[in-house]
Amino acid sequence: MEAEDWVPGPPLPAGGEGPGADSQPAAGVPGTAGGPLLAAAAAEVLALDDEEDDLEVFSKDTSLAEVNSFSPSMPISPSSMTNQYKLEDGPELRDLFITVDDPESHITAIETFITYRVVTKTSRGEFDSSEYEVRRRYQDFLWLKSKLEEAHPTLIIPPLPEKFIIKGMVERFSDEFIETRRKALHKFLNRIADHPTLTFNEDFKIFLTAQAWELSSHKKQGPGLLSRMGQTVRAVASSVRGAVKNRPGMFTEMNDYMETFSQKINVLDKIAHRIYKEERDYFNEMKEYGPIHTLWSASEEDLADSLKGIANCIDRCCKATEKRMAGLSENLLPILHEYILYSEILMGVLKRRDQIQGELDSKVDALANKKTEKDLLSEEIGKLEDKVERANNALRADWDRWKQNMQCDMRSTFTHVAENNLHYYEE
Amino acid sequence: RAVESQIEGQCAPVDSLWRRYSEFELLRNYLSVTYPHIVVPPLPEKRADFVWHKLSADNMDPDFVERRRMGLENFLLRVASHPVLCQDKIFHSFLTQEGGWKEMVNETGFQLKADSRLKALNATFRVKNPDKRFTELKHYSDELQSVISHLLRVRARVADRLYGVYKVHGNYGRVFSEWSAIEKEMGDGLQSAGHHMDVYAASIDDILEEEEHYADQLKEYLFYAEALRAVCRKHELMQYDLEMAAQDLTSKKQQCEELATGTVRTFSLKGMTSKLFGQETPEQREAKIKVLEEQIQEGEEQLKSKNLEGRDFVKSAWADIERFKEQKNHDLKEALISYAVMQISMCKKGIQVWTNAKECFSKM
Repeated sequence: MEAEDWVPGPPLPAGGEGPGADSQPAAGVPGTAGGPLLAAAAAEVLALDDEEDDLEVFSKDTSLAEVNSFSPSMPISPSSMTNQYKLEDGPELRDLFITVDDPESHITAIETFITYRVVTKTSRGEFDSSEYEVRRRYQDFLWLKSKLEEAHPTLIIPPLPEKFIIKGMVERFSDEFIETRRKALHKFLNRIADHPTLTFNEDFKIFLTAQAWELSSHKKQGPGLLSRMGQTVRAVASSVRGAVKNRPGMFTEMNDYMETFSQKINVLDKIAHRIYKEERDYFNEMKEYGPIHTLWSASEEDLADSLKGIANCIDRCCKATEKRMAGLSENLLPILHEYILYSEILMGVLKRRDQIQGELDSKVDALANKKTEKDLLSEEIGKLEDKVERANNALRADWDRWKQNMQCDMRSTFTHVAENNLHYYEE
Repeated sequence: RAVESQIEGQCAPVDSLWRRYSEFELLRNYLSVTYPHIVVPPLPEKRADFVWHKLSADNMDPDFVERRRMGLENFLLRVASHPVLCQDKIFHSFLTQEGGWKEMVNETGFQLKADSRLKALNATFRVKNPDKRFTELKHYSDELQSVISHLLRVRARVADRLYGVYKVHGNYGRVFSEWSAIEKEMGDGLQSAGHHMDVYAASIDDILEEEEHYADQLKEYLFYAEALRAVCRKHELMQYDLEMAAQDLTSKKQQCEELATGTVRTFSLKGMTSKLFGQETPEQREAKIKVLEEQIQEGEEQLKSKNLEGRDFVKSAWADIERFKEQKNHDLKEALISYAVMQISMCKKGIQVWTNAKECFSKM
């Protein structure tokens, strides 16, 4: 029996140090230690409640608050065995509120970087105080993410904004870039906070609460580079072994789904970008269109007013188009991007799951015990993936709705404008 | 290249015959020369101009041919409704006489007038006392031409872009439909939303076709501006003629006076040579004076008639110009209104499509 130091969800006192001083390289196998701990965790207050999703994203996207598609009628996952979740009472389940704002740049001798202020408000007991304010830089977020991945290789960790945009459209430190990144970081933390398991992760807590120096010293306690390398090697090895053998049908389905989904999302992203570009070109041409009419009105007498009216309207159309473009770039594009990342993450998760299974299979002679735990794990994963998929869908519905709202608004603006026009020179 | 066009005779008994574009051109040339003071309605363009990329610039393209046909019909209607032009015999026979019409036109000998006019119009000359009104009018027609052609160009580009925006949305349709295949709960919503995207993308074709009609209306006035300008030029020409004639007369009179009185008032070669080589005999002088007096007589009559001509021209030209102005204001106003109506309907369609799509999305 391998005594794997599995980092449990809930903050059991033993786990206070993070994944680990004594973690062993075989990260693939959760080990018996993890199993019961996890079950115990499950028994704790892990909310699987509908309303929690109302507050899933504590951000400016107020429209998302309407999401409620986490109906209890979810496909039955075999997790019923472990499903001893207690429903939290009351709609105010959110006991952890996080915001990311106030980017500031710091210049040192070696480098320049940006830090963001992370404000946390909580009513949870395990937090020493109810409010925290710390500053974190992008690297810190990366660290958090990798810790979470280590700790929960088959849970779906939300995506982080990328290091840099490859398309080179945006300067590394431009305001636009920083703002986009800030929003994404904000979302990232909030998603973690909403995740029934991840939210109790110790590293997460430390991330939210520790002062800068505390954090750096804590970071250093992570598993050494060597051990991490060992993990990777193992991972590669196991995938080479064709870990797909005993994959339960459900996961094959998921895999197929993810592949197609990922394809489609990428295409959608391309389309959306293309639309944005076309709209921008349209806008540029329109800008010239209005003034011509004004120019013309200068040579006319009777027609002058009508022409000026048209020029006016065209200009308003221009503004409307601008708004539409802004809507696209603020809402649709980032979300599409996020889901592209998500699809990659999910593929990764599925792979890891396969690895785990592969490892398991290769020891199948040994411990029926283990197998049970593996099942537990699988089910857990399965359930979670379902959950995220539904989150997926819900979000989709919302952004689409929002987008349509936006488009509709644009159209109405156009119409109003045109109607005014009409009245204008029907006089 | 010409396009065949069928006309229905209006003020003649039953008639429809075939005319080529070149015959229309001939008719118009004839009218322009015969009625220089009238702003003659323009013909639709020979080649497709101001096209946006989807619209073909091919003259044989059926859409273009159709629009040209409408333009030619419009031309005839305009001529027929013009108080002066509609009475022209050549115009009548254009509508009624199948064969031999061309010959008839040529027989009027207008071609000669046309050629000389053309030469004169293209020459540059300075008029000493330009009529201010005509000068202003000329400026106006220049401005109108430039502004309308600019507008048409930009409109073509805008149409191009708008087309792009709509069409790309069509891709959504395809992807949504593919995506819906793998989704369970979202499937139906996606599928129907995709359908709406397709509708949206397809709607732009009709919209832009209607806009072409608006563009054609503007184009007519673009060419009208040219006709207006021509009238101004003709007036200038007349004026110049007049001034030249007057000048000529004055100098002849002067010459006469000099010969008669023997004084040389202004420096002239004659004066010099006569000083140098001696004066002419009285007989020669008398002869000369007689000739000159005749010429002066002629000249004065000519001047009178030219003046009269000029005044007539100005009067009738201004009458027609006023008529034209009113027509232009009315037509353009209507065109602008219909453009606005088009925009409104386009927006309404957009609202409808997106409302539907929104519904689909919210059911996902």
